[in-house]
Amino acid sequence: MRMSCRVNGETRTADDVWPGESLLYVLRERLGLPGAKNACEQGECGSCTVYLDGVPVCSCLVAAGQAEGREVVTVEGLAEGERLDPVQEAFVTAGAVQCGFCTPGLVVAAHDLLQRDPDPTDADIREALAGNLCRCTGYEKILDAVRLAADLSGRATARADTGPDNSTGSA
Amino acid sequence: MEMVQPTTWADALAAKAADPELLPIAGGTDVMVEMNFDRRRPTGLLDLTRVDELRIWSVDSGTVALGAGVTYAEVIADLGQLLPGLAMASRTVGSPQIRNRGTVGGNLGSASPAGDAHPPLLASRAVVEVASVRGSRRIPVHEFFTGVKRSALEPDELIRAVHVPAATGPEQFSKIGTRNAMVIAVTSFALALDPSERRVGTGVGSAAPTPRRALEAEEYLADALETAGCWESREHPATSVVRRFGELVAEAASPIDDVRGTADYRRHALAVMARRTLTWAWDELRDDDQEVAG
Ligand SMILES: Cc1cc2nc3c(=O)[nH]c(=O)nc-3n(C[C@H](O)[C@H](O)[C@H](O)COP(=O)(O)OP(=O)(O)OC[C@H]3O[C@@H](n4cnc5c(N)ncnc54)[C@H](O)[C@@H]3O)c2cc1C
Ligand code: FES
Ligand code: FES
Repeated sequence: MRMSCRVNGETRTADDVWPGESLLYVLRERLGLPGAKNACEQGECGSCTVYLDGVPVCSCLVAAGQAEGREVVTVEGLAEGERLDPVQEAFVTAGAVQCGFCTPGLVVAAHDLLQRDPDPTDADIREALAGNLCRCTGYEKILDAVRLAADLSGRATARADTGPDNSTGSA
Repeated sequence: MEMVQPTTWADALAAKAADPELLPIAGGTDVMVEMNFDRRRPTGLLDLTRVDELRIWSVDSGTVALGAGVTYAEVIADLGQLLPGLAMASRTVGSPQIRNRGTVGGNLGSASPAGDAHPPLLASRAVVEVASVRGSRRIPVHEFFTGVKRSALEPDELIRAVHVPAATGPEQFSKIGTRNAMVIAVTSFALALDPSERRVGTGVGSAAPTPRRALEAEEYLADALETAGCWESREHPATSVVRRFGELVAEAASPIDDVRGTADYRRHALAVMARRTLTWAWDELRDDDQEVAG
């Protein structure tokens, strides 16, 4: 079966898709987007988290055909060119990345949280990341990263609001 | 393998009638796990996510018609007031990603004894609406579950909606697991108090081949509350009544030993959850009265 959807703002098409394969498989193996990771294939670890029509989901649990015509955003779609998203920047700065396998999923989940709630409490952060497992960091640095990202995004918003020095912002 | 993607309810029913072997898929949080692990290779999938009729809910004369494709995240966001028990249970399902995709209809479709939507639906005396090209029928939820992961659904039928009476009093849900997220219930319990009809509703999860009501416990408690005049006085029921209610809930279960817990532990936990949820619900009833009075 041929399948098309919008991925990170571009229309992408894959051929010979087996209808029962997962969106994760399509992204990684057919569209060359290895950002979302395959760890458990059963919804437990969150490393395959992507946005589907604006909502974070485990792409390992979406059948390829279900994504036909839909809007997908993966971790590759968060940066603007060379400029990292504040969440990505914060993960690097806070040392929240060790082996990095869990990172793409956590970045998407944290990105979604901060879009809904720019100033989350620690309880909110833990709740939002409850579906993402990390076997390296012990989570403390990840929580630091999300707090830092909230600060960075807050500052970015403040800059955008005041206008003049928002030199890299796009309309 | 094919994937059939109807966009209307009529087309979905026609597709299921033409090929009853088609496996419906909604959020995919049960179906895709089975597919990814080669536990299931259906001849085809019937994708229900494009059928708009399934994705909505409405209220008519005090009953919520909840489309089978409404997700847990939507129940939590929209129905916390009308269906507090179901919303509470929904908050305990999986993780945000799972709640964004997983649906109440899919929970019913899987008919797992551990499904978290089931106890509150039982406690609220919900009715499942199923349909085929032959017509539709309404099945009280306690008759819907017929065995471990088995339901009253015929091969050509689909679940359209579940009709849940809106809460008229406090509802509570309690679930035992090893952590707060991502757990299949060791056992779970839902309670609904209906002060206007002076009725008690219960639902027991993960403690029998099917989710079930604790009928004797419901009748005992409703009688005891009536006899002691608790519904009028709003006084807490006596400790002995609360304890007996817990015992009867535990007796209603027929649990097994498995990897998640022993039968004894499940019975014990059910009695504790029954007592706690009753106390919480009664506190809530009194608080609501105070709010009305104040
Ligand atoms: C990581 C993880 C954690 C989970 N945690 C929990 C939890 O805490 N509590 C819990 O209860 N469950 C949990 N589940 C199981 C699952 O998420 C739920 O059972 C969910 O409600 C299934 O809904 P769905 O829409 O994803 O169903 P699907 O997987 O799409 O379908 C499930 C079944 O229902 C059938 N079906 C779906 N819609 C219809 C319809 N309209 N008519 C007829 N049949 C239909 C399908 O054919 C299939 O047999 C978890 C799953 C995962 C992967
Ligand atoms: S790979 Fe999808 S949740 Fe683990
Ligand atoms: S950094 Fe290794 S799993 Fe999280």
